[in-house]
Parts: sequence; structure tokens; C-alpha cells
Amino acid sequence: MIARPLIETSDQVFVLLKEWLVGFLPASWQPAAGVVLCVAAIVGLFPVLFALTTVLERKGLGRIQNRIGPNRVGPLGLLQPLADGIKSLTKEDIVPASADRVVHFLAPLVLVVAVFMGFAVVPMGRNMVLVDVDAGLLFYFAMGTSTELAIFMAGWSSRNKYSLLGAMRAVAQMISYEVALLLSSVVVVMMAGSLSLTKIVAAQNQYTWGLPHWYIFTPWGLAGFLMYAIATTAETNRSPFDLPEGESELVAGYHTEYSGFKFALFFLGEYLAMFSISGLGATLFLGGWSAPFSFLTWIPSWIWFFSKLMLSIFVFIWLRGTLPRLRQDQLMNFAWKFVLPMTLLNLLVAALWRFLGEGWERWVFCTVILVVAYVVMGRMEMRREHFGPRSYRYAE
Amino acid sequence: MSESRIHSAAAGERLERPENWNRPQRMEIDGDSQLLEVSMGPHHPSTHGVFRMDVALDGERVVRLRPVFGYLHRNHEKLGEGQSYLSSMPYTDRLDYFCSLSNNWAYALAVEKLAGQQVPERAEYLRVILAELTRFQNHASSIGFLIQEMGASGTPLMYAFREREKILDLFEELTGARMMCNYMRFGGCRVDASAAWLDNARARVAALPGFVDEFERLLATNEILMARCRGVGILRPELAINAGVTGPMLRASGVGYDIRKVDGYGIYNRFSFRVPMGEHGDVYDRFMVRLLEMRESVKILEQALREIPEGPVMDPRLKLRNFRPRPGEAYGRIEAPKGELGFYLISDGGPNPYRYRVRPPSLINLTILEDMCLGHSVADVVLISGSVDIVLGEVDR
Amino acid sequence: MFGEGILKGLAETARNFFGSFVSPERLTTVEYPERRIAPFEAARVFPFLVYDGEDPLAGLRCVACQICEKECPPQCIFIVKSSDKKPDFVGKPQNYPVRFEIDISVCMSCQICVEVCPFDAIKMNTEFELSTGDRFGGLLLNLDQLVKPNEYYHRIHPAGAAEVDARLAGEKAKAEEKAKAAAEAARAAAEAAQAKAASEAAAANTTGEAGAAKTTEGVGAAKAAEETGVAKAATGEAEAKAASDAAKAAAEVASQKQPDQEGRR
Repeated sequence: MIARPLIETSDQVFVLLKEWLVGFLPASWQPAAGVVLCVAAIVGLFPVLFALTTVLERKGLGRIQNRIGPNRVGPLGLLQPLADGIKSLTKEDIVPASADRVVHFLAPLVLVVAVFMGFAVVPMGRNMVLVDVDAGLLFYFAMGTSTELAIFMAGWSSRNKYSLLGAMRAVAQMISYEVALLLSSVVVVMMAGSLSLTKIVAAQNQYTWGLPHWYIFTPWGLAGFLMYAIATTAETNRSPFDLPEGESELVAGYHTEYSGFKFALFFLGEYLAMFSISGLGATLFLGGWSAPFSFLTWIPSWIWFFSKLMLSIFVFIWLRGTLPRLRQDQLMNFAWKFVLPMTLLNLLVAALWRFLGEGWERWVFCTVILVVAYVVMGRMEMRREHFGPRSYRYAE
Repeated sequence: MSESRIHSAAAGERLERPENWNRPQRMEIDGDSQLLEVSMGPHHPSTHGVFRMDVALDGERVVRLRPVFGYLHRNHEKLGEGQSYLSSMPYTDRLDYFCSLSNNWAYALAVEKLAGQQVPERAEYLRVILAELTRFQNHASSIGFLIQEMGASGTPLMYAFREREKILDLFEELTGARMMCNYMRFGGCRVDASAAWLDNARARVAALPGFVDEFERLLATNEILMARCRGVGILRPELAINAGVTGPMLRASGVGYDIRKVDGYGIYNRFSFRVPMGEHGDVYDRFMVRLLEMRESVKILEQALREIPEGPVMDPRLKLRNFRPRPGEAYGRIEAPKGELGFYLISDGGPNPYRYRVRPPSLINLTILEDMCLGHSVADVVLISGSVDIVLGEVDR
Repeated sequence: MFGEGILKGLAETARNFFGSFVSPERLTTVEYPERRIAPFEAARVFPFLVYDGEDPLAGLRCVACQICEKECPPQCIFIVKSSDKKPDFVGKPQNYPVRFEIDISVCMSCQICVEVCPFDAIKMNTEFELSTGDRFGGLLLNLDQLVKPNEYYHRIHPAGAAEVDARLAGEKAKAEEKAKAAAEAARAAAEAAQAKAASEAAAANTTGEAGAAKTTEGVGAAKAAEETGVAKAATGEAEAKAASDAAKAAAEVASQKQPDQEGRR
């Protein structure tokens, strides 16, 4: 078919572009040049996506709240990030007099760099991963945990009692949910048999009766994905876990002492972390760049990947628009008393799945175990928090 | 939690006034330097207006809390003494600026008691309709603000304000202004409501139960909301009664006291409605009591809009100018959306009142804030003060 | 089930999100200033003064009684009364305001001035886009900025303006009735004077033509007075009063001439 070369070209368009550009250079420089080009592409693309996301978030929240979001700057308000960027660049850079200047300056940089490093191992399309590391998942989580260092640096360097408190709280939250994140990813490693993200995607890129083998379509995969989603929301300090950022709750947060461009960098780092962790989630559970139905594989793989990414972002915005904030102790309780036990149980269920072999038994067993566990733990949680229905009587 | 500082005087006991009782003081935090003193200052995203709370924290727990207000004091009571009775009516709009029609009614009630005036039936019905519409939009906004403080990025608030806008449109069509309505007069209402307005009101009221359902679906069983609000800011009924707390706060603590039932002012005893009560007295109960009261308001509205008779809304013989009630005193009180709103007037026969006093429910309800907040964290303080539902215009007058 | 409430909440917001693209109920924003909502008829923003006819000063209804100034709660109105008078819509001479200023930064739109005005001279405007760069002078509206024609009042407030016009027309009709009645009375008085003069002239007819001439004079004067009375009845009570006064004076003249005549006899 003539279409096939076209499909393949559109799928591999960026790879081919890179090879063409790199071809201008002598052979010994080509690998390095290729990597530099890819890094430039990532560093160029994701901040643009971040800018777009800020507008979409404000407009999305607006629509949820029966109003239009920003609509004055540019058509449909899409140039709003430009205005925000100019504003943050022209603000005075205030550094507290007693602050540790070096650490204060480095904190946002460490955040942004650590987050960008995470993008290196996420496969964004067929043959479109920057570095195909065999222990890609491990590398990703190592980099992800470094972001917490940046937050602590920010809180510490301000020499402000309240900022330090805020930073410690944020770090405590992120560490608790990091455990849940890791454990919910381990099931994928168990089933795919590899830490390499490209192999994980390849394992999911198969179709039975037109339906894909995405891990989310299995009981343990669905449970794992839900736990992963909760942990992700907490890791990136998004609502309902955004206590470190809530001005009305805390006396100060870890980025109180930052103004202007450094604040914008924190903001950028947070959103980029959201992108990269959503990308990882898509890779682990949603099949990465594979199409949902076998008859849709003609659409380029990178389009699928970015669609899944934007879908996750949309869900984040949706959660933010709906849910109130959890208090700190409730947040931690939830992590240790609900999410963690569920992820541990999920490990057991995944093992059961693997060793029961093909057939309907494993579907039934795993589903039943997970549902029963969820209901039981849910009841326990509700009883502890007195969530039972209350009745209201009427006077006279 | 420490003991309450509300002290009821025994018979014959003389209460001593402490030194510097009327000068602002720094809180004494005896000895312990580990306590963190925080001023949740007048400019704060969560306090309902210019209101300050000096909070002493031990780690995360509140040890002392002192509300500081007066930032919005506008001399309302003294102004009332210098102006005629009619001229004070627009100023009552601005007391609790969310519920201007309730304020108008309380003042008109007090003056009518003072002067011994009767109100025509149609005017009474209109007063009830407008007061219940006010109650609905006040409770919707109050719940919206409470959830906004919990961090829901304003979504329930926007929904509440969407409905509130429709009610304010009704007010503007009838009274001429959305918020500062200035509609009640002594002896009736200022202008009559046209049949078109009544039809409009019926259509809007028919849409209100759907909104309450939407609100309830969005919020009432939300686990996060329940986790934040249950068990927080518990107010015991004895303490509530001793402190003079009224309104939804009192009813959420389990005391069935609603002035609409107790006094039966206006024509409230003609309508069948129930008064919801809570049991635990925490923030969740206050939130639910307000939600249920919204439903009861809709019931009253439906009945009143159905039964409103024709007739005048004001006695045609009454003149606006040169209103000199005979000497005496009167206290007129209503069940405002925030509590018991009372006006105490002393007349000396002249055109201006001799003494004009407002009993502001928000202020009286605020006195109990410290007792409710002790032992909770700062995040909860914000929530508790939001559940008291204060408006600074009323607190400071 | 744990988590059910959250899911219900999410469903609700999704409904609002998708609904905001299809139904105006779910997207209530009106993009001001490109689109505006017409203000309600009863909306009260700031006062303005009404004048009838073409000339703002001649048709001004305000008679500078200063009741609104006294009753205004924040005392934002300042009036200076004129020393001379001009006729109002029924013809009666009234004062007019030489200066009429309202400070709209003080005015709280309570509408008490409108309620207490006995002449329907001050009404509430619905125009709210009054922002100006001049913080002090720009917010003090003087007489020239406050007067607006009755047609404008009809435009912004059709029902209210119709009612006011009906009432004023009624008052004018009553005034005309009164003037007509006064003219009738004048005519009757003139006729009575004429009859009296005639009877006395008849009694003194023998005295000669001088008497007849004088009587005819008296009759002519009375007739003229009657005519003027009738003509002036259309213009109003004051003139009717003047006419009746003139008729009375004429009758007096006529009756005064008799003793003269008798004296000459």
C-alpha cells in the first residue's frame, strides 16, 4: 500500500528529521549532536506545553465554574502565558537579607534540572526515547526524588521559621507518597519483567481481538493505576493535596520568599514534574505510545502519547476544580493507612495473576480480592473518620 | 480544650472590669517561649472581611485566640441618633450587606412597634418572600465561602453566586438595587410588586430546589469535606446558650430556637415549615443545617407566592416626613440568616431616635470563637471562623 | 462506599464543564463591555432633574423647596434658591434652583429624595458609567449636568414616567377646572355687577345720557372683564384669579361710578 510508507514516515517524522540534521556533521560528532538535538527539542517543547497548560487550566477551571477563563490576551486568551511570563520577568528579585544566597539561588535550578532529567527515559513515541536505559524506571525515580531536595533547599535557605515548616511539611508529604508511587509501579515491573521503559511499552503494544494489552485493563493494573494517580497528585502538590501551597491554611509556604523569575521557575518545575510523571504513568499503565485499538495504529505514536499526557492533565485540572484540600495529618494518614496497604495487596494480587496462568480464573480471583479489600478498607477508614450518614431532626 | 471563659454572674456578684479594658492589648503568653504568635491579619484571603485573629500556637495547636475587629466601624448607631428614622433605613442596608432586606425588616419592625403601626397583608407577604429569598442566597454564599476556604478553588462558590445573581436580579427589578435594597418602610413596603414580578419570582423559585440538589450532590457526601469538617469546632449547647449564640450555629448544636417559630413575627405562623437541627455542633453540622434551611426557605417561598393577596402595600394615610413616634422604647427582632438581629430604639418624641442600638448576630456569635478553636490547627481555625458566618459590616457596624 | 462522594462531585463538575459549551445557563458570563445587559426599569443609580418641554430652565419642575436636601441621609444635595419666580406647569409662579449640586461620591442611591419630592422633579437615573478622571470636580454634578428632558425619563422608566405624567396631567386638569370655575365666578360676579349697574342705571335713567353712557361703559368694562376672564381661564388659575380680580375691580369701578353719577345728580 502506498499509505504504509506515509504512515511510517509520519510516525517517525521526528526521528527522520533528527537524522537528516545530524547528517550534516562529521561522523564522529553525530551521536553527541543527536543527543544535543533531542535535549534541545525536549527543553524547547515542554515549557511551551507548560505555557499552554496554564492557560488551559485557567480556562478549564473557568468553564467548570460557569465562567470564561482569560480571554483578553490574544485569540481566546491563548497568549496569556506570554503576559504572565513578561510579568514575572520584570518583577524585582527580592532575596531576604538573612538568607543563604547560594542555596536560595540554586533551589529553583535544582528543581528544574532534576525534572528535566526525568524526561530523558520516557519513550514519547516509537524509537523516540532520548536514552534507552535498561533501568529506566529506576533512573526516573532517582531523579524524581531529587526534586524533593530542591524544595527543602528552598525552605531552608530562606532562614524563615515558617518557610522551613512549610518545606518540611511538603517534603514529608512527598516522601510518604513516593513509597506508594514506587510500590504501585513495581507491579508493572513484575509483569513486564524489565525495568526498561521501552520494554514495558513493547509488552503492552500487543492486541487481542483489537483490544490492547494495556495494564490498566487488568484488575491489578487498574488498582495500581488508581494508586499511582493518587500518589502522583500528592507528589506534584496538586489539589486535593496542595496544602504546601494553600495560602489560607499555612502561615507560609516554602516558596514565600521567592519572587519574580525564580517563582516562575518553581511553577515551571512543578508543572514539568506533572508532565513527566503523567508521561510515566501513561507508559506504565496506559501503554505509552500504543494506540487503543488495533485499527487505529495508523495515527502516529507520538500523537497517542501526547494525547494521553493531555488527558492526564485534564484529569488533574478536573480534580483541582472539584475537591477541597486535605489537612496535613489527614493527608499523611491517607497515605500510610490506605494507599500503602492497597499497593502492598496489589503486589500480592499481581503475583497471583502471574502464577495462575491464562484463563478466566485469574480475572475472577484478582478482581474479587481487590474489590473486597477496597470495600473493607474503605469501611474501616470511614468508621475511623465517622463518615457514616448523619440524620438531622427538626425542631417541634 | 481549656475551660470556657464565659462567666455567668452569680446573684449579687459584682463583676470587676479589668484595667485597660478598652485598650488593645498584646496577648500574654505566660512564660512559654515555644509558643508562636501569629496574626491572621486584616488582609487575609480567608477571613470574611477586615477581621483579625491573634492566634498563639503551640506547634500546630491553637492555645489562645483573640479576635480583633473594628476595622469597618462606621459609626452607624451614632449616625442613627443624628438622623430621622427614615434616613436610617438606607444605613441598615449596609449592616449585614448580604442580607439588606432582613435588616430593613428588623428595623421596620422595631419602629412599627414603637409607633404602634399596622402593616397591610400584602406587605407582610412581600416581606416574607423577600426575607426568605435573602436567607436562601445568604446560606448559599456562606456555604460557598466555607468550601472556598477549604481550598476547592472556588467552584461551589461560583455555583452559589450564579444562583445568587438570579435572586439579586429579582431584587433589582422590585426594589431598584441589587444589594442595598432600602425597601421596607414603617407601615409597609415602598412599592408594590407587579404581577410580572411575581410570575418571575415563581419561575425562579421553581428552579431553586434543583440547585440545592446540585449543591448537595457536589458536597454533602464528599469524603474530603467530611474529613475536614466533622469533629471540628464543636460547640456544646450549654455554652452556646450562655454565650448568646443564635441562628444556624445554635441550631447546629442541638438547640431548637428559631425566632420565626418562637415570636411568630410577621405572618410566619401561617406557613408550615420545619427548623432543622444538628446534633454534634461541629462545622459539618452547621453546613448541613444551612443546606437544609435553604430547602425550608424554598417551601416557605412556594407557599407565600401562592397565597399572596391583592391589596395595598402601605397605608396611604402614612406620611414619610415628620415622623415622630410617641416617647417610649421598643425592641424588634427577627431571625436574620445569621442569627437574631435586633433593633432597640428609644424615642423621646422627636424626629430622631434618642438611642438606636443594633444587636448584631455576627458579633455575638464571634465571642465564642476562641472556645471553639482551642486545640485545633490553624487550617481548622480558618474553617471554624468561616462556619460562624460573619459579615464585618454587622460586627463593626 | 468510600470515594463515592468524590465521584459524585466529579460528575457534577463535569456536567458543568461540558454544559458550559452548550447551554447559557452553565455559562453566565456577559462579556462587558462588548455586550451589556439593559438595566432594569426600577434601577436606581444617581438622581437627575426632570424638565418638561424644550427649555431646561423654563420647564424645570424643581421649585427649590429643599425638602430633598433636608431628607437626604448623607446630605449630598446642595441647593440655592432663586430670589425671583417663574411660572410652573400650571402657571403658578414658583422659585427655581439657581444652584443644584449633587455629590455623587457621597450619594448612596437610597432614593429618599425621589420619595419625598412633592413635585416629581427629581428622579433616579439608570446610567452608571459615570467614571471620570477628575476625582473631585468630576463627581460633583451641577444643574446643567443633572437636567434631563421628560422624554429621557420616559425612555428609561416608561411605566413610572407614564404614571407621573398622568398624575401631573390630572393636576393640570384640576387647575384648569379651578380656573374655569373662577372665570365662571368672575363672569357671574361681572353679570351681577352688570345687572346691578343696569338696575341702578334704570333707576337713574331719567338723569340723562351721561348715566347711560357711564352704564354702558360699566357694562362694556364688565363685558371686557368677562371676555378676558374667559380667555385667561384657558391659561390657568393665576390668570383666572387675576381675571376675577379684574372683574371684581371692574365691578367696583362700575359700582363706584354710580355714586359719582348720583353725586352729579
